[in-house]
Order: sequence, then structure tokens, then C-alpha cells
Amino acid sequence: MAPTPAARDVAIVAFAQSDHRRRTDELSEVELLMPVLHQVLDATGLKTSDIGFTCSGSSDYLAGRAFSFTMALDGVGAWPPISESHVEMDGAWALYEAWVKILTGEADTALVYGYGKSSPGEVRDVLTRQLDPYYVAPLWPDSVALAALQAQALIDAGETDEPALAAVAARSRDAASANSHAQVRGSRPQGDYVVHPLRTGDCPPIGDGAAAVILAAGDRARELCARPAWIRGMDHRIEAHGLGVRDLTDSPSTRLAGERAGAFELPVDTAELHAPFTSQEIVLRKALRLGDDVAVNPSGGALAANPVMAAGLVRLGEAAARIHRGESDRALAHATSGPCLQQNLVAVLEGES
Amino acid sequence: MAGSAGPEVLRAPLVVEFPFTRSLGPVQSAFLTGLRERTVLGVRTGDGRVLVPPVEYDPVTAEEIRDLVEVGATGTVTTWAWNPAPRRDQPLDRPFAWVLVQLDGADTALLHALDAPGPEAVHSGMRVRVRWAAERTGAITDIACFEPGEPGETDEPGGTREAGGEPAAHSGRFDDPVTGIVAAARLDYTYSPGRAQSAYINGLSARRTVGERCPSCRKVYVPPRGACPTCGVATEERVEVGPAGTVTTYCIVNIKAKNLDIEVPYVYAHIALDGAGLALHGRIGGIPYDQVRMGLRVEPVWSEGGRYPDHYRPTGEPDADYETYKELI
Repeated sequence: MAPTPAARDVAIVAFAQSDHRRRTDELSEVELLMPVLHQVLDATGLKTSDIGFTCSGSSDYLAGRAFSFTMALDGVGAWPPISESHVEMDGAWALYEAWVKILTGEADTALVYGYGKSSPGEVRDVLTRQLDPYYVAPLWPDSVALAALQAQALIDAGETDEPALAAVAARSRDAASANSHAQVRGSRPQGDYVVHPLRTGDCPPIGDGAAAVILAAGDRARELCARPAWIRGMDHRIEAHGLGVRDLTDSPSTRLAGERAGAFELPVDTAELHAPFTSQEIVLRKALRLGDDVAVNPSGGALAANPVMAAGLVRLGEAAARIHRGESDRALAHATSGPCLQQNLVAVLEGES
Repeated sequence: MAGSAGPEVLRAPLVVEFPFTRSLGPVQSAFLTGLRERTVLGVRTGDGRVLVPPVEYDPVTAEEIRDLVEVGATGTVTTWAWNPAPRRDQPLDRPFAWVLVQLDGADTALLHALDAPGPEAVHSGMRVRVRWAAERTGAITDIACFEPGEPGETDEPGGTREAGGEPAAHSGRFDDPVTGIVAAARLDYTYSPGRAQSAYINGLSARRTVGERCPSCRKVYVPPRGACPTCGVATEERVEVGPAGTVTTYCIVNIKAKNLDIEVPYVYAHIALDGAGLALHGRIGGIPYDQVRMGLRVEPVWSEGGRYPDHYRPTGEPDADYETYKELI
């Protein structure tokens, strides 16, 4: 399927993220979020009143707070009333909505953010509530268990083994040594099985964090950023919710989203993959046909910091920041949602030489 | 306490519990009723595949599918994961394997638990059979779990279908079909209100009401939430307000609230505490309900051991002039 050409040039012009930490008891969600909002506004010189559209991603279930996104809006300065929307998903999908809004011409700039506090609850249990409520959720299969079923399927298929998974973990956390925001920095022992075949090292850290980006169109983007990260394409696709219906060793939704985003038209030099579990990187590399010459997760990825509802947006932000810094010319960013890579978003970002 | 951030972080247990009552479509109803009767049903798609657990619509074509078949209560593990530390609501309270099981006659796999002595006893491709729950209600948990083994090793029905055979059509009709499920869910949290609200609550414990001032627009927020929603900046300067305030608007409550021991009618009011930039709300007492008015001056009444004012009562001062509080309504 041919990618759809974008109607406007839109770029990520600023990115900020919090230091992701195991607990942030001293901070409410808005207190966690507000500094990163200020950082992206300061980086561009924009004020809230200059922003055409604001979109956020978060989930009330994480911290057990109803309508928490309305409280978070306090940090934006939403008065006089702003044009605003929210997705009960990772902020990557908020970015998608904001991108579409700009493509329609209804806005020229957008502020996008995502945040999540996993520390107040048990995120492994919380995530069971997104599952099929009739046949699956009553069994409370936690997020690690479902990822472990996928990992075992990959091992049975001969696509990976425990040493290969350990190597993904080690490479990611080594890379995170250079990322001051990461929660797990530097390689560490793989540890015991959490749910066999996944060990502690194969699983993401649990923690709290927030991220924000600013999008801008055309010349506005060039005014706001020395080297904008142009969104050349972006698409998201979903697979059946029934785990037993899917081939867990493959990710056709990622591949299709990649095709639609134009990921296969030219090679990328960088890929920020939202793979909370080591085994999921194996699946994504295959689906996106990433070779060894591609820098995968130079930030450390979700294995180094996985603030749920922000970690996907962080992938887009990290890829864009590499372009801003001149370290990448063409980068792929991926975000996922649901169990075992059920839903996937792929964006292709480019810098101008 | 005023000025710098207090070091004490408040925490409290928070339980979110909800019984979701869900109605079932015809395929789901037949499947879950079948489990109650120790019969496993699948649904056939347009291209002839048999989906177990069955769904109402083909996940590929979205076609409505209604052709039910009976599949075996035995099957083959397609993938597994050993769970050494079961969590509270999971199917077994001792270590077990999560499994996807392709039941005999089905083309897709069902997620459930496998009761096995250890991970060395589990592998993909192993044969397993349903262990039925002793009490069955029409729910996925009517399958207690799977256990290793072939059919015919127990005297339970539903385990006799030959592997590889074509599953037989089934009407899906049972006596007294289940038409809904109640899915109970409980999530446990440890709630922390954050910096600004912790300071506010700590202030209340000393019977002081402490708001926070916006550094930009100078408005004093009570209770503070840590940010000025107009300016989008942190509010950090603590300002003690009250204790007295002015009723800016009110309503008369005529319906007795459940679990609330207050005689009706009573007055619930917006009260702008002196120095606050917005009104908070509270009950007005110590005055007949029909004598409460806008501009009435009130002060908090604390009950013994109360962590916040029980209600507000008139101070006896002259009413506030409308001009002094009209911006706070």
C-alpha cells in the first residue's frame, strides 16, 4: 500500500521529558508535568496563547484518579478556553491527533504531552483492565505474563533465545548511560524470572514520568527550530484483541503502519522503538526490517524508562531530538499500545541537510 | 510551615472497586452458558476457521458470525509462560503456567492457566484438558484451569472428542442461558496528593487554611492544586487565608444524602475566605436555613478531631458589600 502524501509539512520542533523515577510521591500529576511543558514552551519562545491546539494522553487507571487529565490542564494555562483534546492512550496517539489537526489547516502549532504515574498502583494489575472483559480480564493475566507468552512463542519459533534477549537488555541500558532522564542507566544482571522466560532484565522499569513536544507547520517550524524534525509520514494500525487469534511472533500492524508512513522507501539511520520487553524488540526489528546498521534505541528505550502513557511519545521525541542535534537525518519512531504489541504507530522523521 | 515546601509527604490507601455488569451477545451467551454445562463451543468464520473463544464478528472481515460448533475439552498448548508468583485474582493461588491452548477442533487458542508441578513439566505442543470448576455460573472461570493429560483419563464429559475430527454443529441453545456477566474488579493504590495539596492538608490539621498565590496573576488559590490554571505556572508562595469569609452564593438542600447525618433542609454555600481568590464550598449552620443570604459573614466550626471544618456559622459581623465579593461568585 502506498503511503499517503501529507498535505502540509509538519515538524516536531521541541521535545522535553522529566527524569523518570520509580516514585514521585511528592508530586501531583500536574506538578510532575508542568516543568516539561515549560521547557518546550521556553525552547520555542511560545506562550500558551500562541499554541493552536493542545492534545494530551494519559490514563486515570494508573494513579486511580478520575478525570486526572482535567487537573493536568491546570499546568497548561487553559484560560481563556483553549482548543484542546485528550486521548486515554499514550501521548504518541495525542501527537497523531495533533498532526492531523495541523494537516487540516485548523492549527499551525500544537502542544502535545503525555504523563503517567504508575507508582500509586500495581501497573501489572491495572493493565489487565484494558483486556477483553468477557474472556480474558476475569483471569487477570498481567502485562508481564502476556509478554512472556509472546517471548516463549518467539523462542519456540527459533527467532530468539534467552542470551539474545539478555543482549537486547544490556545494549539498551548501556545506551541509557548517556541519558540523564532514564530510570535504569547502565547494564545490570538479568536477575530472576518474573514470568518465565522473561527475567527482571527483560522487563521495563516501573515508574513515573512525563513528556511534551511542540509541533509546527511549514515556515513556522523553521522559525521555531534550527533543524526541525519533519514528519514525512505517520500511521497507526491495530490487530485483533484475541491473543489466540494473532501470530504473536509477528507484527503485521507495525509493518502496515510502517508502509503507510513511508518507512521502507529510504533507509533510516535511527529507530526509537517502543518495546517495553526485550522480546518485543525482536518482533519490531523484523516487522520494520531494521538492519544492524540502524541505531536502535540510542536513548535506551522503554527498557531504560517506561512511564506508561508517555513512553511512546518519548520515542517520537527522542527521534526528533536526534534530528534537532544533527545526529540523525532520517529516523523512525514507533509507539505501541495494548498487550503483546496489539496496536502500533510508526512515524518517519527527517531533517533537512 | 509557610514559605518553603513541607517535607512531609502524605499517603493514604485508596481502593477503586467496580462491578462491571455486562450484557452478552448471542455467541458469547452460548459460549459462557456452554461452559456452565461443561461444553466448549466455537464459532465458524466465513472461510471455515473455528474460533475458540468465539466472538460475535469475524476479526478479519467483520462479518457477523453465528454458526456454533462444539469443540473438545482437550487441546494443545501453543505457547506458555511460567508464573512463579501468582497475583491476587489470578486463577490459581500456587505457581502455574499461563497457556494459550488450541482446543481440538479449533483454529485459534484460548488463554487460561495450566496447573502443573513446575516449568520443566510444561512445553509448547503438550496435550492438556479442561479442569472444570466445581461451581459454574456461566463465566470464563467455569474453566478452573487446564491440567496435563489426554481425554478419557477422567470421567468428566466434554473430553471425549477425537483430535483432528470435524467439530459438530451445535445449536447453542441451553436451558436458562446466561445473558450477562458481572465482572468484579478491585485495584489498590497508595494515594499521594503531591506537594501543594499535602501542604494544604497539613495546614488544616493545625486548623489553618493555607492557599497558594500565583506568581504571575497574584490570585490566591484555596485549596491549592499546585498550578495556576489561568497562567499555567506553579503556585508556591503560601498564604494563610480566613478564618472568616463571605457567602458568595448558596443553595438549599432538601434531599437527605445517604450515610450523611445532617437534618434537611440545610444550606450548602460557596464561601470566599478572607484573602482567597476563589470560593470554596461548605455547609452553613447555626442559622435557620431560610435566613442565609449572599454576603453573610461566616467562620469555620471544627469538630473534635476533625481534619477539616465541619461547617461554617455566622460571625455576627455586618454583611459584606456586594462589590467586595462579586468577582468571586
